Amino acid sequence: MSYSALAVLAVIGVLVVDLAVYRTRMVTRPVFWVAYAIVIVFQLLMNGVLTGLDVVVYDPDAIWGPRLAYAPVEDLLFGFAMVTLTLASWAAVNRRANTARRRGLDTDTRRSSTR
Amino acid sequence: MGSWTYAALLAGCLVVTAPLELVLRVRVYARWRRFLLAVLPEFVVFVAWVLYAIAQGHWDYSAALTLGVRLPGGIPVEEVLFFLVVPLCSVLALEAVRKVTGWDAGYPASPDDSLGSIAARNERGADRGAESGKGMEAR
Repeated sequence: MSYSALAVLAVIGVLVVDLAVYRTRMVTRPVFWVAYAIVIVFQLLMNGVLTGLDVVVYDPDAIWGPRLAYAPVEDLLFGFAMVTLTLASWAAVNRRANTARRRGLDTDTRRSSTR
Repeated sequence: MGSWTYAALLAGCLVVTAPLELVLRVRVYARWRRFLLAVLPEFVVFVAWVLYAIAQGHWDYSAALTLGVRLPGGIPVEEVLFFLVVPLCSVLALEAVRKVTGWDAGYPASPDDSLGSIAARNERGADRGAESGKGMEAR
């Protein structure tokens, strides 16, 4: 499968994970999109250097062709999938841990009040 | 910068985002165990992707601009670190925006992540409770 096809699949995959598996719904939240806007600026910078200096070189047959800041446009999909999967997982881990912590504190309060 | 080019870019990411932890106190490094757990799916999927891309010849790395340490599958050590460093910076960005705006990110804010002795005990006990009550969180 070409890089292009994999990149499109990855975006669909992380949307399914975010909306239906974790149900973190990051892509519906302004906090996510503002953070993503900041991340994408740095992505274009870093990826521009990586591809502009030829640290990474792409096979022309594996990509569509159009480039943005030296990098194939597929890198935007790659980056979106990577960042969204990370932030959705981070939200899922914190939802579980912080909810558990609150329950833990409640439990402790009840226990000590019966002593 | 030659062979340190890619490594220097990664270091640059960490330096640029460090003030978010040190000054804004977003407490991402402080929650490093949670971060490692959260980064795991991304790390596995994207390292696998890169290994496939290298095998298929979708892209290749400059021998002159990387340190030359290649892990099994031909992946440069910098590329492996990339999938830890960039997610770390992304989480720092999310927590910074959350802290500055106060907007909902879908999980309750943790009043104290430093885990004093009582809170630490509660967390250990409550983690088991969270497993059994997992279905209730879906809403």
